[in-house]
Amino acid sequence: MSFETIRPSPGYEDILPIEYQDLIKHGQYGRDVKVTEMGKFKELIEEHPMCAGCAMTLFIRLTMIALPNPEHTINVGTAGCGRLAISQANIPFIYGNYGDTNSVASGLKRGLEIRFPNTPKDVVVMAGDGGLIDIGFQGLMHSWFRKERFTTIMLDNEVYGNTGGQESGMTMQGKVLKMAPRGKITEKIDALGLARVAGCAYIARIAPTNPARVVRTVRRAILIAREIGPTYIQAYTSCNIEYAIPTPEVMQDAFDVEKERYGFHEEMTDEAKEYITRIEKEAKQKSKA
Amino acid sequence: MSDTQAAQKKEEWVPAGDLQEVKDPEWLFNEAPREQIFITGSEAAREAIRRSNVDIAISYPITPQSETMQQCGYLYDEGYIKEYYRGEEEIGVMSALGGSSRAGVRSLTATSGPGLMRGMEAISSWPGARTPLVLLNMCRVINTPLAIQPDNIEISFLLNTGILHAHAENQQDFYDYSIAAFLVSEEVDVTLPAVVSVDGFFVTHARGNVKLWDEKYKIPPRDGWRSAVPAMDNENPPARISRDAPIQKSNFISYHMHASWQQEVFAAVERSAKYWRKYIGDLIEVVNPDAEEFFVTSGSAVSQAREAVRQEGEKGRNVGLIKVKTTRPWPKLELIAALKNCKRILVPEFNQAGWFHKELCSTMYGHINAEIIGGPRVYGGMTMPTEMLLEWLADTRKKAGEKI
Repeated sequence: MSFETIRPSPGYEDILPIEYQDLIKHGQYGRDVKVTEMGKFKELIEEHPMCAGCAMTLFIRLTMIALPNPEHTINVGTAGCGRLAISQANIPFIYGNYGDTNSVASGLKRGLEIRFPNTPKDVVVMAGDGGLIDIGFQGLMHSWFRKERFTTIMLDNEVYGNTGGQESGMTMQGKVLKMAPRGKITEKIDALGLARVAGCAYIARIAPTNPARVVRTVRRAILIAREIGPTYIQAYTSCNIEYAIPTPEVMQDAFDVEKERYGFHEEMTDEAKEYITRIEKEAKQKSKA
Repeated sequence: MSDTQAAQKKEEWVPAGDLQEVKDPEWLFNEAPREQIFITGSEAAREAIRRSNVDIAISYPITPQSETMQQCGYLYDEGYIKEYYRGEEEIGVMSALGGSSRAGVRSLTATSGPGLMRGMEAISSWPGARTPLVLLNMCRVINTPLAIQPDNIEISFLLNTGILHAHAENQQDFYDYSIAAFLVSEEVDVTLPAVVSVDGFFVTHARGNVKLWDEKYKIPPRDGWRSAVPAMDNENPPARISRDAPIQKSNFISYHMHASWQQEVFAAVERSAKYWRKYIGDLIEVVNPDAEEFFVTSGSAVSQAREAVRQEGEKGRNVGLIKVKTTRPWPKLELIAALKNCKRILVPEFNQAGWFHKELCSTMYGHINAEIIGGPRVYGGMTMPTEMLLEWLADTRKKAGEKI
């Protein structure tokens, strides 16, 4: 899809909904937007049915802003809170069976490469911790082992939020939640370590405390996946309902957890580093010019 | 050749598929000269795939299917298939196939009994996602006890999913039905997945005569934009039109919308009948149409019944046979017309549950007067000797007080 594909034919502008017109005139398509411009352009996602104060929603909103090429991006999700927001974005969204994201994305990405060999199509999996590390574990790991060229973003709220608060593999040890009446017995799964072992080209852990950093991280992950190999972002996106975090304190919780155990971490292969350094340098020079 | 050499193609390499000529499918099926060769069912599948212009094949081994998908690997290596890999297991493979079909490319996999059951969540979601693709199903016992023997009970699990389903009698059918399945599946007013089943070992590992058209011809490629719903390729205006989204915008979907979505899937199954007929002829084959006694069945049970009918004929007894080629769409009207004057029907099957018998009874009820007898049935890998069919015939006549 190019900008021309979405532009209405002459004479039809007025009968299209105002939201669509805004998307064309003031949207993200065909240009890079910055976090500092938020409020001055039509975002890809503006409405959602998520809980008030949900940190995951903020992260998803920032992720949509970060897409380097929304005209050619397809999101893949699964059951869980996140898809309630992701499906509202003006980006095609595949919502399959629970835990199938990375398998679906593997077939999708390869299929798109067959049909559009000269047009990069970005595939982004965005799913919860349960959807990826528990039920989706096998598909997740094997997509990494196969070096599938798409980005996986874990919306890690450390609980099955959408089904009412059961413990997940990413829940911290000892935490009392539904299905863990005496506290979770096992440790939080080291998904970052698994990504490393599986050979992901880019790995990041992040909390939504710094919007510009979220955007930069997501953009890097997508660009590296496009050219080098699988990338993984693990984002702390608290569940204020199941963890009983008062709405006004959601961001404070994000800062606290970030400081305590969820500090920003970024690692990449030499090949990825060489690539991202080069294209970021080129982008900087271009914007200066 | 070393492993390293095998992974590399020389620069001047031209994929064999690029050298094939695209031909009109109706010409290929109905007019193109054919050469007869003596091959196994798995080899017939390979030759069908070679001519089917497949974009991506995703494999996972399971007996008795493995041979077909490893043959696909060789076809990929030769350049008849553009993309190929071995998936993590069947849920992964069936999910990935849903992904590749959504991307708009012609997609293929194959499996057998337990593998089909493992992938069933993904498989049963294909029709609702409106994903044209082809699954070849080499029927096998479902565990447990563990066995790898032929038994087609797994077909019963496919019947109410909204998937198109053809049941091949022999190697020739497996060749023809598999190619036809791609074409039917991708028709705009169908846009559904198709499964072609064949009874494992009896057909997959046994040789039979198959008439093939020249391998230099292939069917036209899939057009990803010729579809009832848009491909997920982001080549459409972004008005929140994701094909998956309309019925999944939130937890609180419209039940009316879901109901109408399901209705449309099953209506599309019915609409597919006209396309199947273009390539494989009538959906039923009738032998001795004026008979009063009929065998009605599908798959390799047809071959056994065919021989029983022949032997009865030698004795001067006119016994009929109806071979059902597609169980979805189910050729209800054709069956009613063919069976309206008969008095007795035997339904031989290679499974314990008698899914075909139940299907026949439920759709013929109130339309014909014949007694419909469920059997004989063999399962767990047993063969079905012709003598068994003849004994059942004799037994039913005896019970009815007729001359044996």
